[in-house]
Parts: sequence; structure tokens; C-alpha cells
Amino acid sequence: MPPNFCPSYVSSVKRSPRQPLVHLPQTISELTGPIFTPPANLQPVDMTKGAHGEALGERILVSGRVLDEDGRAVAGTLVEIWQANAAGRYLHARDQHDAPLDPNFLGCASLVTDAKGRFAFETIRPGEYPWRNHYNAWRPAHIHFSVFGPAFATRLITQMYFPGDPLLPFDPIFNSVRSKTARERLIALFDWDTTVPEYGLGYRFDIVLRGRDETPMENKP
Amino acid sequence: MTEQKNSESQEEVVPQSLSVTTYQTVGPYFKIGLEALYRDDLTKPNIPGQVIEVAGTVFDADLAPVPDAVLELWQADCFGRYMDQPQKKPFEDSFGFGRVPTNEAGQFRFRTIKPGALQAETPARQAPHILVSIFMRGLLYRLITRIYFSDEAGNADDPVLNSIEPRRRDSLLAKADPAQPYRYEWNVFLQGENETVFFDL
Repeated sequence: MPPNFCPSYVSSVKRSPRQPLVHLPQTISELTGPIFTPPANLQPVDMTKGAHGEALGERILVSGRVLDEDGRAVAGTLVEIWQANAAGRYLHARDQHDAPLDPNFLGCASLVTDAKGRFAFETIRPGEYPWRNHYNAWRPAHIHFSVFGPAFATRLITQMYFPGDPLLPFDPIFNSVRSKTARERLIALFDWDTTVPEYGLGYRFDIVLRGRDETPMENKP
Repeated sequence: MTEQKNSESQEEVVPQSLSVTTYQTVGPYFKIGLEALYRDDLTKPNIPGQVIEVAGTVFDADLAPVPDAVLELWQADCFGRYMDQPQKKPFEDSFGFGRVPTNEAGQFRFRTIKPGALQAETPARQAPHILVSIFMRGLLYRLITRIYFSDEAGNADDPVLNSIEPRRRDSLLAKADPAQPYRYEWNVFLQGENETVFFDL
């Protein structure tokens, strides 16, 4: 696993370990984890309906599958999502960006993948926002994803970006990923199939979780 | 943009099979998405075993407390079994998962059942332990570590503890508080002389 130390991402400097990671063979502890019953039908989650009406901004429909490295569906896994609103503001006490909150947009959801590993949700395209990492620093538009997978070993937290975002080349977090292939996997694809006429654009974001080691230190009893 | 040039020049070759989706930091605002499953009390009325409390502080390189970290826990029950059956309602009936944020002083605290030693036969029985994932702004990837208990004789034969150089093993031991039974202290040092042991799976 690449190191957490990434000087261009300033807050990593004092928070990243310096000692080499110790290799941990996967034991039953790492090969288990909380798993869930997949819903019978794929039910898209709607994040755009607030207590007082529609959230402001561009409606989008995000869908995808959670897969393992061999392309098998990861069914019944918990996915948690959070994001800024259309103006680039998070509903969070520490976010002091001078952009309006939207009383109809909380910016979070959670769901469980269906038997085919699918998930779908409707949301508002998040806005870009400034941060203080370096002069005139702006985060590209992104949605945070937290995925459990079938085991402790497969746990993943990542960010989904949007195609063609002009801020991507300047973002130290996105560019901390050295492999171009791996960076591109973090960018959703525009998707005609899920785009709804007169309603909203579709984006597809497939998530591939690492497999569990095939040679664990202990076998499952 | 120098950063980008830099990353291009260090390009890595990734096999063309399904490449794994990489981590990105949780950032400063994870509470929005993760708070619904904050669980600092893992105990359940129907789960037997000794109730314990583990508390500590997360420290950065300057030994300043980290007020915006979140720890996730995964552990066996008191018989050393993991409850990994599919759950109908996330975390309502099952045991073993916890999620605890640090407070303004960088402190965390959770209540749980002390896990039992794992009963698997080969190659060695593992001493009681809790798996920990740590996420925070500033970490591109999660940190993985384990909590063991200072009062467990089985630690001496634990294969994972024994794979770590002796002077660093201490960082994984939650210290029993002699004055308060069943209370343990376990701190996380992200860097420095006492850096906690972090694992690569």
C-alpha cells in the first residue's frame, strides 16, 4: 500500500506514520466483517427531497456496482455517501465557506447493494469549494463513498469525481494516486442509459474492492 | 503544475484486470456521512461476556491531539467467534462493529465485551484483540492496527504480536488500569518515537 505521507497534501505531513507498515497476514479477524441482507429490489435513494421542498442545484442520477477484483458482484454491502451541496457547502459546523446552506439538502445517504451488487441514488451535483491547502486551492466536485465489502480487509473509503472537471489536474488529493489508471477509476462516467429525459444526467461509478487473500494465515473454522 | 508533473513521472503500471478502486481521504466533513453509525457502546443485552471500557487519545507528530479522527472497530465475541452472518437491519442485532470519533481533545472511549481468544487451530491461537481502522483528514488511506490487552497471558504466543519487533509491541497493548477494573487505556501515536504499529493487509 502506498504511504500516507504526501507533502503536497499538507495535512498528511503531521498525521502520516513514518515507520514501514508491518505486513499482517489475513486471519479470520480480517476475513470477516459486518455483512447485510441485500434488498429484494434495487431501490434508488433520493437525496434531493428536503423537509420543505426540492434541493437546489442540478439533479443527477448516480448508479453503479460494487465488484470484487474478479468482477463478481458484492451483494449486501453497506454504502455510505456524503457530499457538499450545489454551492460547495457542507452541512457541517467546521465548514465556514461563504456559500449558502440549502435547508432541503442534507448531503448524506446510506444503502445496501442488491443481489447484483448494484446501488443507485439521486442527488444534486456537488459544487467545488475552496480549501486552505495552498494558495487559491479548490477541491474538484466530488462525492465521498464509504463501502464495507465482505470483510474488514475489503473496507474502502474513497471519492467519486466528475468527468471533465478542470480542477482535477490541480488537486493534490486526486493526484496523490500515482497510477493514471487508478486515478481514472475515481472519475464517474457520463451515462446515457441512466440519463432521464427532461429530468437529469446519469453518471456511472463502479467500485472494485480488493479480494481477500487466497492464502490466509488461518482457515475459517 | 509541478504536482501533476511529479505524479506523471512516477507513473506505475497497473495490470489491465479489474483494478481496485483506490482510497481517498475521508476529509474534514465525514461526520455527515458516518455519524448515523457511530457506535461507542458495542454491548447488547443478549451478548454474554465481561463488559470493558477502552479509552485513549490520538496524537499527531507534535503530540497534539487529533480532534477529527474516527476509529472503526471489529471484534469477536467472548467465545472468540465473529458474528458475520448477514444482518437484516444494519447493526441492530449483531455484535462486533463499533465506530467512534475523537472529541475536541482528541479522545475516544468505547464500551464493549472483552473478546475471547480465537479458537482456530493453525498455525497458532490468537490472543484476544480488536481490529481498528483509523480515518481522518490528512490520511489518504486508512490506518490499520490492533488492540491487545496487557493482562492476557496469551499475548506471549500470539503470532501477530510475535511478528513485530519487541520494542514496538507495546504500542498495541491496552493497559489495564489497576485502580479501575475492566478499564483500559490505549493511545494512538501517528508519528514519532512511540509511533503505533500500523499494518499492511
